[in-house]
Amino acid sequence: MNLSYLFDPEHWQFGVAGGFPQLILSHLGYSALALLFGVIIALPVGLYIGHTGRGSFLAINAGNAGRSLPTLGLLMLMVTLLGLGLLPVLIALTVLVVPPILTSTYAGMRAVDHSVVDAARGMGMRPWQVLTRVEFPMALPVIMGGFRSAALQVIATATVAASVGLGGLGRLLIDGLAVNDYSRVLAGAIVVAVLAVVLDLFLALVQRWVVSPGMSGQARRAAT
Amino acid sequence: MIQYLNNNSAVVLDALQQHIWLALLPVLLGFAIALPLGYLGVRFTWLYHPLVNTSGVLYSIPSLALFVFLPVLLGTKVLSPINIVVALTIYTVALLARTVADGLRSVDPTVTQAATAMGYRRFRRLIDVELPVALPVILAGLRVATVANISLVSVGALIGVGGLGQLFTRGFQLFYLEPILVGIILSVALAGIADLVIVLIQRAVTPWARFQRGGTA
Repeated sequence: MNLSYLFDPEHWQFGVAGGFPQLILSHLGYSALALLFGVIIALPVGLYIGHTGRGSFLAINAGNAGRSLPTLGLLMLMVTLLGLGLLPVLIALTVLVVPPILTSTYAGMRAVDHSVVDAARGMGMRPWQVLTRVEFPMALPVIMGGFRSAALQVIATATVAASVGLGGLGRLLIDGLAVNDYSRVLAGAIVVAVLAVVLDLFLALVQRWVVSPGMSGQARRAAT
Repeated sequence: MIQYLNNNSAVVLDALQQHIWLALLPVLLGFAIALPLGYLGVRFTWLYHPLVNTSGVLYSIPSLALFVFLPVLLGTKVLSPINIVVALTIYTVALLARTVADGLRSVDPTVTQAATAMGYRRFRRLIDVELPVALPVILAGLRVATVANISLVSVGALIGVGGLGQLFTRGFQLFYLEPILVGIILSVALAGIADLVIVLIQRAVTPWARFQRGGTA
């Protein structure tokens, strides 16, 4: 195994085009934008379906349909239709992240104990308050689980952006293969894998921070 | 699109055929490896958490990264289909080992105790009682793994072996819509059919599930 490309300090300088910091930032940029659009689209729809129970067919089948859609094909289809640029990549990656967020939001909302919702209504909460103060916080652990798997998928898949001429860590894989520079390919593969694992650990921390202590059992432990 | 299919039927059929075995062989291999692994995770409880954590890390490795990393590790050629098969087998094992363990853990302990009391030895009990009861959970995981594999194969086209994915790269290089559309439709259809086949198998091998759901039926 030739790790010379990975450990060459020249490739780790900031502000150098094609260096690791710049590639990592663009990689995270595409992924974050896709996740943002994915949350904007999928979260309200999932909450609505979970709260009202209407359209559950859509939420259940979105997961399977999304998994079966090949992202590379969708990306190349979008590029052929819209031309090169950021937009086709963002569309393809957003389509990738919507199903897991939608399905987990719905599943989280469905898993909320009905008697708790009834109790909240009995206390005089408006439907909006029931949603934001009871159902959403209780569904959050499951929603975060879906968000984490969406984040992992999008980090892994953002490498294909390089195949249509954009940046990100996929550049190392595609360019390295093109010029038979396996040290570069290997460096790209390792950095993406490490990035995915680090991001997942970070999101696990975020999850611990945003989930209500009453849900994770920490409040009970503190009280006794 | 019909005209494209008529003119290129040989290319499309070749790609489809390669896609099918590149996706399904890893499912079979992965299932065969995941079954004993998942069982070990239940039999020796201290193994369960390492198993789940390792699976999680393996599953988070990007497919393109794994496709190009494996030749270095295995000494295979970069363009060899073996890389794709091994990579997808790793994903399948990562997904299924955990599902098998969770499925076996979900078996009601009173059921296993009853089986033991009836004189079942450990191995017979596993085959005749625990596995059948855990089957719906395991097959649900198998459906996810199969569908995910079928869509992942096409990424292999970026390193030259990708079944229907080759139609994507070809269409992209020629800026030509038809092959890409044909590839997407065939890939999604293939995933749908494979999913349906597993559902039908599940119905056939767990006839008791229908009675439970139907109540008196």
